[in-house]
Amino acid sequence: MEFAELIKTPRVDGVVLHRPFMPTVEGTLCLTGHHLILSSRQDTTEELWLLHANIDSTEKRFVGSLGTIIVKCKDLRVIQLDIPGMEECLNIASSIEALSTLDSVSLMYPFFYRPLFEVIEDGWQSFVPEESFKDLESMTDEWRLSEVNKDFSLCPSYPSLLTVPKDIDDESLCKAASFRHGGRFPVLSYYHKKNAMVMMRAAQPLTGTNGRRCKEDEKLINATLCAGKRGYIIDTRTIAVAQQAKARGGGFEQEANYPQWRRIHKAIERSNVLQDSLIKLVEACNDQSHSMDRWLSKLEASNWQSNVKEILTTACLAAQCIDREGASVLVHGTEGTDSTLQVTSLAQIILDPACRTIRGFEALIEREWLQAGHPFQQRCAQSAYSNGKPRSEAPVFLLFLDCVWQILRQFPCSFQFNENLLIMLFEHAYASQFGTFLGNCVAERGKLQLSQKTVSLWSWVNRPQELERFLNPLYEPNNLVIWPSVAPQSLLLWEGVFLRWNRSTKCLDEAYQEMVHIIEYNKELQNKVNSLRRQLAQLETEDSPLQTP
Amino acid sequence: MEHIRMPKVENVRLLVRSSSRRTQVGTLYLTATHTIFVGKGSEDRNELWVLHSLVCNVVKHKASQSGYPLLIICKNFQVIQFIIPQESDCHDVYISLSRLSRPEKYEELYCFSFNPSVDKAEREHSWDFLDLKAEYSRMGLPNKLWHVTPINREYRVCDTYPADLFVPKSVTLPVIVGSSKFRSRGRFPTLSYYCKENHTTICRSSQPLSGFSARCLEDEQMLQAIMKSNPGSRFMYVVDTRPKLNAMANRAAGKGYENEDNYCNIKFQFIGIENIHVMRNSQQKLIEVSALRSPSMGEFLTGLENSDWLRHIKSIMEAGLFISKAVAEEGVSVLVHCSDGWDRTAQVCSVASVLLDPYYRTLKGLMVLIEKDWVSFGHMFSHRCGHLIGEAKEVSPVIDQFLECVWQLMEQFPCAFEYNEKFLISIHNHIYSCHYGNFICNSQKERKDLCIKEKTHSMWLHLWEKKLDFMNPLFKPDQSQNQGLLRPSTAPYCFKYWRRLYNRFDRELHPRQSELDCLMTVKEETQQLEEELALYEQKMAVLDKERAKTLYMQKGVLDSKQALWSLPLDTSLANTPQDYIGGAPNVFTLQQGERERAELCLFGDQTKSSDADNSDQESGVADFSSHSSGEESLPSEDSVKDPDSDETGPNRA
Repeated sequence: MEFAELIKTPRVDGVVLHRPFMPTVEGTLCLTGHHLILSSRQDTTEELWLLHANIDSTEKRFVGSLGTIIVKCKDLRVIQLDIPGMEECLNIASSIEALSTLDSVSLMYPFFYRPLFEVIEDGWQSFVPEESFKDLESMTDEWRLSEVNKDFSLCPSYPSLLTVPKDIDDESLCKAASFRHGGRFPVLSYYHKKNAMVMMRAAQPLTGTNGRRCKEDEKLINATLCAGKRGYIIDTRTIAVAQQAKARGGGFEQEANYPQWRRIHKAIERSNVLQDSLIKLVEACNDQSHSMDRWLSKLEASNWQSNVKEILTTACLAAQCIDREGASVLVHGTEGTDSTLQVTSLAQIILDPACRTIRGFEALIEREWLQAGHPFQQRCAQSAYSNGKPRSEAPVFLLFLDCVWQILRQFPCSFQFNENLLIMLFEHAYASQFGTFLGNCVAERGKLQLSQKTVSLWSWVNRPQELERFLNPLYEPNNLVIWPSVAPQSLLLWEGVFLRWNRSTKCLDEAYQEMVHIIEYNKELQNKVNSLRRQLAQLETEDSPLQTP
Repeated sequence: MEHIRMPKVENVRLLVRSSSRRTQVGTLYLTATHTIFVGKGSEDRNELWVLHSLVCNVVKHKASQSGYPLLIICKNFQVIQFIIPQESDCHDVYISLSRLSRPEKYEELYCFSFNPSVDKAEREHSWDFLDLKAEYSRMGLPNKLWHVTPINREYRVCDTYPADLFVPKSVTLPVIVGSSKFRSRGRFPTLSYYCKENHTTICRSSQPLSGFSARCLEDEQMLQAIMKSNPGSRFMYVVDTRPKLNAMANRAAGKGYENEDNYCNIKFQFIGIENIHVMRNSQQKLIEVSALRSPSMGEFLTGLENSDWLRHIKSIMEAGLFISKAVAEEGVSVLVHCSDGWDRTAQVCSVASVLLDPYYRTLKGLMVLIEKDWVSFGHMFSHRCGHLIGEAKEVSPVIDQFLECVWQLMEQFPCAFEYNEKFLISIHNHIYSCHYGNFICNSQKERKDLCIKEKTHSMWLHLWEKKLDFMNPLFKPDQSQNQGLLRPSTAPYCFKYWRRLYNRFDRELHPRQSELDCLMTVKEETQQLEEELALYEQKMAVLDKERAKTLYMQKGVLDSKQALWSLPLDTSLANTPQDYIGGAPNVFTLQQGERERAELCLFGDQTKSSDADNSDQESGVADFSSHSSGEESLPSEDSVKDPDSDETGPNRA
């Protein structure tokens, strides 16, 4: 196999592993095609299994014949391996380098991973568009499933089935698609049952400098408005950026052509800016110089929290238009695959209690990210330690998760899941044994035959044994719209991700355990009391016949 | 009363800082002690009471179309804005409030007129609730090395110290007197905390009057005696909490710091906490940041950084950590001082104590600690909190910083504290409110002269009676991490902005659901369930017994059925579980049962009740009454809160 060629030294003894807040481990380092493994001879110490795909970058250092490799991971962890012997160290370093930067998707671990658990429910089949359309049909008959993109030729990044207004035929869809960036014509993202308002998403219209228009596009989105009603178009870019896009053939909806729509511009940053923000943030979090000023100014300069605030604010705005203004909304940015999805998915978490359950949240990610064509493969190719020239990496999904975490912090009883689920999704989006986040769109995933050749993340997560870890003990279903605060005072740094490896979590973990314990003990008592109450009632009724002669 | 020019103004509009888009119309009353706003229309939750003694500033703003705005800024970080229709009314209210909120004499403070319906005995009891003698004996004092010196009984040696002070048994009265003459304000080295496990002590004093070369044999003997009272160590630390430059500058004024060459076996250490003026300015900047209306993230973070507040908190924490480690890990005694030994010294000694001793992480322990290190040792509450009109330069948030250090620790050690953050905020509120007599005056002597104990009530008992509100549901006293020394991380990212304090009244900035409240409800319910369970188990046991008895009787006395059938009935009546809860009458048990069931329902219905809250969230109806921590009731404000508090509403975009 080709991996063998890349592994110059498969094993080295006497390697010392240093991890922050953990005791050092001495043991044998082994390299396999997909893992870096360090196991000590003692049974008590945990082994380290690290996916090569999780390695973001490595650094080498030598002191005499002792080599040190610093491994920086996509999950933001930094570990240090002390390797005796210069040659071994160099070999290991270059092997890791090669194995962690494999270009071919089909060489990725998910294609080799065989689950050690029995797949009870195949995650690949858990969230099919037909099912969610059935839910929609039960609420309204204004929409239909179109197969216009069956062979992905109309829009390569869209799935084959799309929900569109019933009155718009496929021919119009084709025309609208030609008017939108990447063929991403307006499709349904969310139907707000409470007032029958909808949220749609698309890519920017291709108006160009001479103000092209497309009757079908206008008709398509107007079809979603009730008579006499107006809608809102939320452009995630500033007006200046949207203006500039015209020069490259893009643009935005002109008022004259869309008189029933009111356009609002927001300022969500583009992906390359976000990547830079992540790199700076993680650098600040890892800065060991113990000065307060340095920390706060670096945090500020990273702009990460500003990005969180802007995205969350835009999502709140979309939700507000729908729920409060009783208006339908169309969201788009440039390509409609990044900021657009952040906004539409967060708005749904605010509006729709179903999205706050584990199942519903998974469905949301499936619908609004995976099916909707967020290019995971490109965006998550590198994380905060990438030192090469950035290509199209960007923490778009991580920012979405961060925003969800912010809402979760503000509504700790309204989510069925806890922070662990969000952290897990972050990890798996960047490196995973599962195939779920491979590829950039439905079409690519089909070509890679992921559903046949790899295991779905959902197959694993949805097992009762795993789910337990992700359940929020404080959850009380709440059917209302939840409006988060987006004031800077209310938005916190997501320590669970960004400081995860820089602090001891012992005390926080114990607090969490205690919380679980308090609630479980309460439930246990409730059960006991109820069963005793029943027994007593029974005894009393049994007794009474005895007393009547 | 003579200061009230205008007791009542009609048609005043109230704007609360957090949601000033909507206003409430009502009537404004000025009383001798409170400003009261009564909203028109709705029946409940529409009263706002503001204690004059909590008011820090009254500001008139430029007239707007709707009237004359009057801003009331409170020491508990509440900001209230009234709009008064007539300029003359506004001016009268302004003049009245300006005077009322700047009392000139102690007797004008609210605690002297606060008169709850309790008798003299109860009031005295409230003052006896905390007993410092008991606290020292809890520490293991007096013992064979330390005793109380009678030297300051009449406050003659040091009028800012308490009457009872612990010193090493080996020091003679002349040594104490000599040492006190060599220390600023006569504040000679005396014991603050004693660690009975290893006989190590934390002592405190003011700076020595060493100038450039002066020395004092008695003072040197004093330190030697303190060092020797810790048999296990061969040296002691002397910690000067000031920045070195400040301490050196003091030498020119005949003050300064200990010269290591003159004292045997001391290790001298500067820690570098800034002075009260720096801290006052820092907090002022922080308050400005916290009060920004819809700031950008950059403005907020830059403002936070420029305030330097968290840097100061970090330096106090590090000082406390240094001392607690010296005591617990090295077994070395420490003498702490700053300039006068009542600000930074109090902070550092009390932070070190919280780190060292789990007792101070309990409700009563924190009360005792504040009573000991702050109140009794002469932290100048009246000056620092600006209780009376006076020198603005004396005001400084020294105690705020201590409370914040405790809060920062709670964030790092969620299971280590018996109390929750509401407790800290309540203490903070009362330190400034002058509602109780505890924090009036600047020293024990002043309080005695003013007969504070005879004329006012004590806060500690009041807080103790409300302790259910202040409990941390996650507290685990038995957990190993909570025993002994807490070792907090002092990495910069571990210090956070205390939103609950600084944005206390900006309800929409806080989580809409509180983990704390939720867990407290669950714990309360658990307790009821435990009681109910015990009750049922007893009932079961009785029923089992009865059944056995009934069966037995059925067997034995079949022929004389009629007479005997009634017997078990009687016994069963006599043995109803009511009797197990202390022979109370039936009504009581019924009520009890009902209560439990009702509460069970309540919990079952928790979704419903939280629904009510949520509809608040949804509609953005702010219910301010819930976080006034019982002092003032606040009006409800029917404001539709924008989910995006920036200018992002579709109407405005």
